[in-house]
Formats: sequence, C-alpha cells, structure tokens
Amino acid sequence: MNRPLILVIDDDIQIRRLLEITLRASGYEVEMAATGREGISIAASIKPDLVLLDLGLPDKSGQEVLREIREWFANPILVLSVLTGEEEIVDALDNGANDYLTKPYRTGELLARVRSLLKRAQPVGNLPSITSGNLNIDLVAKVVKNNGEVLKLTATEYALLVLFARNEGRVLTHQYLLKEIWGPGFLNQSQYLRVYVAQLRKKIEKDPNRPEIIVTESRVGYRFTEGR
Amino acid sequence: MSELNVHKISTGRQCLYSGLAVIVVALFCGAISRYVGYHVIAFVLLLAVSVVAMFFDIIPILVAALMSALVWDFFFIPPYFTFTVNSTEDTIFLLIYFVVAITGSILTYKIRRAEMRARAREEREYTFRLYNTLLNSLSHELRTPIATIMAATDNLVHQPEQLTEEGRSELLAEISKATYRLNHHVENLLNMSRLESGFLKPRNDWCDINELIYFTVGRIEENYPNRKIEVEVPADLPLANTDRGLLEQVIFNLLINAVIYTPGNSLIKVSASCNEDIVTLNIDDSGGGFPEAEIEKVFDKFYRLKNANPGGTGLGLSIVKGFVEALGGTVLLVNRKSGGASFTITLPVEVSYLKNISNE
Repeated sequence: MNRPLILVIDDDIQIRRLLEITLRASGYEVEMAATGREGISIAASIKPDLVLLDLGLPDKSGQEVLREIREWFANPILVLSVLTGEEEIVDALDNGANDYLTKPYRTGELLARVRSLLKRAQPVGNLPSITSGNLNIDLVAKVVKNNGEVLKLTATEYALLVLFARNEGRVLTHQYLLKEIWGPGFLNQSQYLRVYVAQLRKKIEKDPNRPEIIVTESRVGYRFTEGR
Repeated sequence: MSELNVHKISTGRQCLYSGLAVIVVALFCGAISRYVGYHVIAFVLLLAVSVVAMFFDIIPILVAALMSALVWDFFFIPPYFTFTVNSTEDTIFLLIYFVVAITGSILTYKIRRAEMRARAREEREYTFRLYNTLLNSLSHELRTPIATIMAATDNLVHQPEQLTEEGRSELLAEISKATYRLNHHVENLLNMSRLESGFLKPRNDWCDINELIYFTVGRIEENYPNRKIEVEVPADLPLANTDRGLLEQVIFNLLINAVIYTPGNSLIKVSASCNEDIVTLNIDDSGGGFPEAEIEKVFDKFYRLKNANPGGTGLGLSIVKGFVEALGGTVLLVNRKSGGASFTITLPVEVSYLKNISNE
C-alpha cells in the first residue's frame, strides 16, 4: 500500500526537521516547503494527501495560502498556529482548513489528528448509515442507536448529530453549526447551540460532564470523535 | 491625601476658590476689626494665605497673597477704602506683609512639591524592587526547566551507551515535565502582557458555565491524574454571557495553584451558583490557607508569599484578578474556618435560562 504523502509548509527549520522525523517514523512520506509560495507550487506538483500548514509564514499570510490552495485542492489541510487568538483559528477553519493545532502541541495529538484526517479523506460516499464508536446512525430510517439501543432525539438534535458525524474528527465552528442547523439568521444565537449540544451529550455521552464524543474546542467550536 | 484630588481641579477654579477664601476671611476680619487692631487683621489674613498654600498650585497661591495684601490695604489700613497709606510705618508693614505672604506661601508650595517628588521616587523604587523580584523569580522559574532540558538532552546525546533503559526514560520524563512547566510560565507571561497592554477587551458569548468548569478540571486532571477535583454545579445553572477564554484562564490558574500548593491527597472543590444575574464561582482547597497578613497582597503583581517555596512567578493570581476585573467582576480570598483557602469570584452577567428545549 502506498504511504500517504504529507506536505509540511513551515518557515521554521527546527519545526520542519522535527515534523519530518516524526512523520517519517510514523510511516508517512514527507515533503517540505519553507514559504507560502513554495508550498503552493509544491502542493500543485505533488498533490499531497494532507497539508500541514503553519499560519505564520514570511512571504504570505497563512490565510492567503489557505484560500489559494483551497481553490483547487480538496485533500485535508491541518493548520498549525502559534497564536492563541481564536479569531485566527476560526478564520482558518472558515477558509477551508479541516483542523488546527496550536503550538506547542503534543506529538501524540498531532499524529492522532493526521490519522483521523487521512482516514476521513477516503470518500464516505452516499452511505445509508454512519457508524462511529458505539453510535450508529441510520440515515434512511433516521434512527440513532447507541450500543444498539434506540435513542429518542428531537429533529434538531438529530440534524446536529448527523452534521457532526458526517464531519468526524473535524472542528466545526460555532458559526458554521448555527448557520447549517438554524440558518444564517441565527449566527448570534449561540445559546441555542450551547443548549442543544448539552442535551445531545446527555443522550449520547457516558458522562455528559466529561464528553468524549462531542468534544469542546474552547471558544472555537466542537469536534466529533469516535469516543473511547 | 486631599492634595491629589485638589490637583484635578483646574487652575482657574483653584484661583476662584482661593479668592473666595480670602473674601470669607476678610469678611470675618471686618466683623472683628472693631475689637482688634489692623495689625492683628494682617496675621489673620496671612493665616488664610498659608492655608491656601498648603493645598493649591502656585498661581492660586500668588493670587491669594496679592489679594489679601490689597484687601488689607484697602479695607483695614487707614484711611479706609483707598489704597493710600499715610504713615511710613504702615508702608513698611504692608511691604513686609506682601513679602512674607509671597515667600511663605512659595516655600510651603516648594516643600509640598518636594514631598510629592519623594513619594513618586518611593513608588518608582517600589516598582523597581518588584521588577527585581520578578527578574529573580522569573530567571529562576525559566532557567530551572531549561537547565533540566539541557542537562537531560546532553546526557541522552553524548553518553547514550552509559544510560540504562530506565535511566533514559527517566530523563525523557524529566524533559517532558520541564517543558510543561516552561509552557505554563510563558503562557502566564503572555497573559500578563495582554493585561498590561491595556487592550484586553472581553469578547462575550453565551457560555455554559457547567461545561466550562468540567472542561477546565479535565485540563488539569490530564496533567495531574492523581488529584481529585470535586465539582458542584446546580443542574439549573443558566447560560452566562461572558468571555469563556478569560474565565477559563481564571479557573485554570486558581485550580493549578491549589494543585501545586496543597498536599496531594487534600480535597479541591469547584462550585458555581447563580442568583438573578450574578454568577458566583468558588474554588476551595483544604491546604494550609494563606497567612492573614498577606491576603491583601497576594493578588499584587509579582507578589510571592514570604515563606513561599521556590517555584512560581507571582503572576498567576494577579492574572486572575486582572481577568476577573476585565470581566466586570470581583475576586475575594478568605481562609476557610476548617482550613484551606477559598476564592470567590462574583460576576455580574447577562444570563439565559434557555435550557432543556423540548417544545419541538
């Protein structure tokens, strides 16, 4: 089987070297680019399976690189940022990044994100059902089972859960969720989202206070995972 | 004490007040002039000028001095209601009055200014001392983990063959711990500079406090899996419109303090409650508490307890206070009767009881 090809775009040589060693050790092919321009042209020629993009680049802002690459590149992009400002992360996600990590991050976390992004990159197709961890969503019959047990969900809870499950591993921003579920008129009504996420957790999480399926990304959004 | 306030009054207004003071005293003098000679009146007027000199700026002081000399001449030195002075003695007296009023009040003013300067210098020295304390604790706090990392990596790089498998993994664990510590300090320093920049503007959004507390507790437990933190939040706690990021940092700093500075098996408890539009958070520990004499100071920047163990930068609690105030709230520290410290954060917020929507 082919080893997945990852393109790392980062201006810092230490980080590049570290990522190269780490990723190669985990069985990936790795290409490097030190600037945004170089990154875009390498991405165009090698068509990587995944791009690791640092947002603080010397020649172009990471957001610009993201927008330009996204015009023709469909594979996952994982954004690395040293800034703690959530605006930048939300912008990056809105500009087409699939996920983000803030530096400093744990290597284990990085590899987990890469794995999950690559796994989902394989087309889901028009599957009639989604299975994740103990959850099974029958999209035809609109029935959700947790450990085989049928869950009673309201229409909104169901829509929210399906949206999450279709984007497993991906961070969905508050704004995106509000727009998709409630419509563009509800972008300022984040209290609905808070309440529905809390309700959904009560129904699907083992311990709703320590959620493992719908995980909070502080001030950015939520991420749906397989759970443990 | 009142000096600082007086300086906020404009010079024009100060002149008006000092003029009024002279007029009031002059009226009083008019009332007693029947019983005392006009030389005594001069001393009473001089007293008024001296009082003005104790509080006002230089121009209003000079106004009072000049006005009182003119008032004395015009109303009290015979012939009355003219500026003419008949006797040589009175002329000399008037001149001396004028000189004494001016020099006396200028001297008073100068002494006051010198005092203020000395006070400012003291404040500067205090800041400087604090700065030194910061440098000391920071260089200790930053260098220790760096030294650990350097020593451990040197060991791993230069004499790998002499290390046992166990030794190697111990060194790696030390490096990992040191980087975590370093990261925590850098985070605090960045937060402090956010506060100091004055650009810290809360970005409010609806926040599920219950979720926030468990989330933050989870962050701590990830790094201190052996510490048990109890959470007590009522089921009907409303959503609060506040800055989740700032509040998270506040809770995190208080919890990490409790985790670091209290015995490993002692209880830490976070609780929250809401009364109308006031959300109250409590972080209680059952450690040794704080020395009563120092409770007032622990939120000061760079302040460290007198008997504190090395470690810590004195930034954590001042960030707590700064962030809580940026959120419009207050933070209070008391020692619990049963032992341990209790932090209470009071936040006036907009709340929403939009919970448990089931009318679909």
